[in-house]
Amino acid sequence: MIPEFGHYALILALCIAIIQGTLPLVGAHQSRREWIMLARPAAQTVFLLLGIAFVILAWSFYSNDFSVLYVAEHSNSQMPVIYRLGAVWGGHEGSLLLWVFLLSTWTFLVALLSKALDEFMVARVIGVLGLVTTGLLLFVIATSNPFERLLPAAQDGRSLNPLLQDPGLVFHPPMLYMGYVGFSVAFAFAIASLLSGRLDAAWARWSRPWTTAAWVFLTLGIALGSWWAYYELGWGGWWFWDPVENASFIPWLVGTALLHSLAVTEKRGGFKSWTVLLAITAFSLSLLGTFLVRSGVLTSVHAFATDPTRGVFILIFLVLVVGSSLTLYAWRAPKSTLGGKFSLTSRETFILLGNVFLVVSAASVLLGTLYPLLIDALHLGKISVGPPYFNSVFVPIMIPLLVLMGIGPWTSWKNSNLLDVIKRLWIAALVAVIAAALIPFAMGEFTWLSSLGFLLAFWVITSGVLQIIRQAKAGKPTRSFIGMQVAHLGIAVFTIGVTMVGAYQEEKDVRMLAGESVSVGGYDIQLQSVRPVPGPNYKAMQGTFLLTRNGKLEATMYPEKRNYFSSTMPMTEAAIDASLTRDIYISLGEELDDKAWAVRVYYKPFVDWIWGGCVLMALGGLLAMSDKRYRMKLKKVAA
Amino acid sequence: MKPRYKRAAIIVGALIVISIAAVLILNALNSNIALYVTPSEVAAGKSPAGQVFRIGGMVKDGSVKRDGLTVNFVITDMVKDIPVAYTGILPDLFKEGKGAVIQGRLDPSGKFVASEVLAKHDENYMPPEAKHALEQAQKNGNK
Repeated sequence: MIPEFGHYALILALCIAIIQGTLPLVGAHQSRREWIMLARPAAQTVFLLLGIAFVILAWSFYSNDFSVLYVAEHSNSQMPVIYRLGAVWGGHEGSLLLWVFLLSTWTFLVALLSKALDEFMVARVIGVLGLVTTGLLLFVIATSNPFERLLPAAQDGRSLNPLLQDPGLVFHPPMLYMGYVGFSVAFAFAIASLLSGRLDAAWARWSRPWTTAAWVFLTLGIALGSWWAYYELGWGGWWFWDPVENASFIPWLVGTALLHSLAVTEKRGGFKSWTVLLAITAFSLSLLGTFLVRSGVLTSVHAFATDPTRGVFILIFLVLVVGSSLTLYAWRAPKSTLGGKFSLTSRETFILLGNVFLVVSAASVLLGTLYPLLIDALHLGKISVGPPYFNSVFVPIMIPLLVLMGIGPWTSWKNSNLLDVIKRLWIAALVAVIAAALIPFAMGEFTWLSSLGFLLAFWVITSGVLQIIRQAKAGKPTRSFIGMQVAHLGIAVFTIGVTMVGAYQEEKDVRMLAGESVSVGGYDIQLQSVRPVPGPNYKAMQGTFLLTRNGKLEATMYPEKRNYFSSTMPMTEAAIDASLTRDIYISLGEELDDKAWAVRVYYKPFVDWIWGGCVLMALGGLLAMSDKRYRMKLKKVAA
Repeated sequence: MKPRYKRAAIIVGALIVISIAAVLILNALNSNIALYVTPSEVAAGKSPAGQVFRIGGMVKDGSVKRDGLTVNFVITDMVKDIPVAYTGILPDLFKEGKGAVIQGRLDPSGKFVASEVLAKHDENYMPPEAKHALEQAQKNGNK
């Protein structure tokens, strides 16, 4: 009976979402107070109902209810409880339920935290979110019902893909989806302001913390996914330019542009149309990402779903959302293009330039991702666009962006003396040049590319530190200022990580017998033994390796080759010895002749800085969001 | 500066960025795309000479031979066979009788020297390129 309650809750939620998506919007248009007042209770009810549906699905997994088809396909009774719960979003139906549940969570939060906002605006924002919820719930109920029964019930489940039985999977999708879905709030604010014609600084001030929140989640979600791929896929890469990764990265790039553009709209009332367009684009790209991943049009590690009707449904939904919002945009967007006056050397110019670079880079990634699909669809042959394309296009676009990042924060709004800024920045330039000249030699080999990486990273770091010192002398810096600096510092730390791994990582594939050694990055790795060990739902061959440096033991490492009972596919479980300045990474290949094993070892200098940089970016976003002025100004709006 | 010039300067700046990106993209698309070719097409000499490309097909039963870290095997679309050599560790899902996609180039003797072996992460999954190769071969065989 319980799963039927879940299905019932979904249908009820759809009915309420239809009310939420229509009456408040019409009410705001016709000034009907009683319809406007429906917005909040409707949003709260949808949240509650979807919460119930979600808990029921989780319960079905927890209680091993294999009469539910989705549970039978993605879980089995031998799986540890934590992975059974993670499996709730391990497949198509569950992850979509998570999507709409998170959408209703954001809507609920908007309803809760918008007490100071005028009721017309609230009704419009919640109404737009209601329309999006309606579309997605229709999709879930019509094509991907997670509560579908399997009769007679299965004896035991089919199990989750072993790759996904990992703590990374428990957190990666919710984080990523929180980010994806969070852009719906910025989108709803943009559409609501187009509807009302009130595109002002107050609107930007409202949508800015929401956008930042979504961006923080997306940043962490992408970083978690990258980290998961690094240690779980077993082959040591941290980013593959896989279409599914790109699907989350493109909205991130546009979202980053949106954050900066919103700053101009809030502080100077400029870039209004551009900001609205970015908000629409960021959310549309999130939907496109969902379409790419969930329709099965891509052929990649992540493409678990293959069902054309679903793809067509999302595509129609996507066309409706993009089409209607762009039409509204063309009709209602303010005519003035850039807003208040500013000179070529002002902060506005730098933010605008940065925006251009971010949007162009997003477009280049999008192009590379869609190009093979387009060529295939036109029957021009099958091709693959691999990492070399993305590296040779994306990296050059990022170089000027990092140069700008060192200068932009020093400029002031409206107009600033560039000569003055340059005078202050000569120390940063000097430090950057010294770092670029010395660090490559310290790492043992000079390459122009790595030198360039250090130049840019230290340019951004020193410029930031100089500015923090100056600001601290002038008075207590605001949280949003510190947040901006921390996030930019994150980019620099990330750049150092990428440069180090790109230029100085060592990789060796070797055939090893017990007792043999291989050396990599100044470390010696000796194979002691390979022996069978049991696991809860798999059996594994486990290698024991001694990691030594100059004869001193640093660590004992245990990579595994696992065979899950419920699947015939083997799994490589890498062993990683992590530290601040390097990771040693060992993967067990297959057993060769005479008890010899194929082994892959990596020396990865500073690889953890890549994710550390992402954490700093997210932290910066959190700091900026918690700035006093949002709370104070909220009160002012209320007054 | 007059506002008109300022606007022009910003537009020109944006156009420069976009055109640089366009040049980069076109350049990269020209040199970094790998074409998919079926084993029959390779046998018919229709593969790009001296360039990196990808072959999709099945790993022929009983063809995998190891010699230290080097693996020799045959990729087939059930009509034509192409010998492949690869040095390194194969992905977990590489198996005889299963689909695989291989990237590399043809050496003068007609052997495909692989730089990368891609086998996707699901035991029941058939790479669409491998499936495509089998279907093409069957179609041509029936003609």
